Amino acid sequence: MGTNSLYPFTKRGQTMLDSARLSSLPPRPGAGYKPQHYSDIMADPDPVGWLEIHAENYMGDGGRPIAQLRHLAERFPISVHGVGLSIGGEGDLDPEHLARLKHLVGWLNPASFSEHLAWSTHDAHFFNDLLPLPYNPATLHRVASHIDQVQDVLGRQMLLENPSSYLAFADSTMSETDFLRELVTRTGCGLLLDVNNVFVSATNLKTSPKTYIDDFPLEAVGEIHLGGHDEDEDETGAPLLIDSHGKAVVDPVWALLDYTLAKSGPKPLLIEWDNDVPAWPVLADETRRAGRALSLVTA
Amino acid sequence: MTVTQANFTAAMLDPSAAVPKGLQTPSGDIASKRFNVYRNNVAVSLSDALETAFPVIRRLVGDTFFRAMAGVYLRQHPPTSPLMMFYGEDMPAFLAGFEPARSLPYLPDIARIELGLRRAYHAADARPADGQVLGALAPDALMNTRLRIAPAVQTLTSDFPIYSIYRANTAADAPKPVMQAEAVLITRAGFDPDIHLINAAGATCVTALADGQSLGVAIDTAGETLNLAGVLNLLLSQGAVTDIY
Repeated sequence: MGTNSLYPFTKRGQTMLDSARLSSLPPRPGAGYKPQHYSDIMADPDPVGWLEIHAENYMGDGGRPIAQLRHLAERFPISVHGVGLSIGGEGDLDPEHLARLKHLVGWLNPASFSEHLAWSTHDAHFFNDLLPLPYNPATLHRVASHIDQVQDVLGRQMLLENPSSYLAFADSTMSETDFLRELVTRTGCGLLLDVNNVFVSATNLKTSPKTYIDDFPLEAVGEIHLGGHDEDEDETGAPLLIDSHGKAVVDPVWALLDYTLAKSGPKPLLIEWDNDVPAWPVLADETRRAGRALSLVTA
Repeated sequence: MTVTQANFTAAMLDPSAAVPKGLQTPSGDIASKRFNVYRNNVAVSLSDALETAFPVIRRLVGDTFFRAMAGVYLRQHPPTSPLMMFYGEDMPAFLAGFEPARSLPYLPDIARIELGLRRAYHAADARPADGQVLGALAPDALMNTRLRIAPAVQTLTSDFPIYSIYRANTAADAPKPVMQAEAVLITRAGFDPDIHLINAAGATCVTALADGQSLGVAIDTAGETLNLAGVLNLLLSQGAVTDIY
């Protein structure tokens, strides 16, 4: 993708990467892959142009998951989305997990690899959730060195996803968009922009989602995520939105997507539906709506 | 003030702990209910993972008991790897020491079956060997032959009727379990693991073969109650033998 070539590796003597190794998802709608949809997708892939898998579900030695993934990869560009690397962790990255990731990315050669600006492991325990970190020079340095390590080990650029925030840190000294822009500059990574997360965080932290998009380094975006959220309230009655990936995308998030695409141009656009997963026709309809949003913008 | 990940984790796993100072609402108040989102996400996602891993345990103890037990387990044994498909490895030992489950002493062995089935599901693929080779061997050569066993294959022995209990809770017309010691063989022909009833001698024989012992040594180790033809037929028909050498 042309956008990625704006950020060639300049570290350790590398001046550019083999372009085939850079994110090469098409600017079309994609869907988060669930095994229960395998037969439906293989029978009639329309409107899906690519699929995303969670890396950790394909780290067994064999069996049906790996076999299905091999078949899918023959027909679709695949995005590998990690949920367990703990890039925002205080501790070192788990070398065993990095090695598993290298193995998966090595045999699959996916179109893209992405992870989260979050942590999930502390003191050798994994919590299966994306936990938040403050944004300041110390955390910037740590996250940048973890991204360097991942990109060195995998030999490819990675995309980093903006989180859903439920609270703020007193010791944050940078905005999230400044933090992400600085990571792009320091590491050459790309970004995965989750528009639902932008809406959830802005609502919860009483900021403007459009201002966030205005401040976001859209030229570094290699993929966009959309998903559903749950609605709750905090103890003061203020809205508290929770990123659940368990229902349809709401209209204000579709509107924020249109606002984003008008500025960014077409991007690979994924529907995430991980909990209370519906039958394939429902997810296909949601993916079609993403396709219509993409058709409204020109490259 | 700085909230370390150690502070965050300790408060996240203990619902009665104070929310760390430094985690704020937009107006600068302590973010109590907002912090509970993380507490809830972690507890629910790990509890859901245990429900996925141990459907028969859940059926045996009921939803309410299972949920409460999972809440204790996930705090004592948080995952030690991001591979959630293998979460719950400590469940048999946990259940053996879990006082409220004392009246169901077979639970740890049922949990071992459920862990074994998951390991088998994700085990490396293997091409079955042609069993005809065995029939063509002279008796002496046969006893010196070794069988390579597929990675998915496992055996379990128990003082309890674990096969019968497992079947009674997963198959519509399975007979009522009778109190007796049982052993099981886990295989995976194709992609779906299956369990089979064998006796303790059969389990010993398969374990010896999987360790690389010759058929003769495996037979001697297993002892007189071994049904050799039955075990070999089962292994070969389930694609559990990948090489004969």
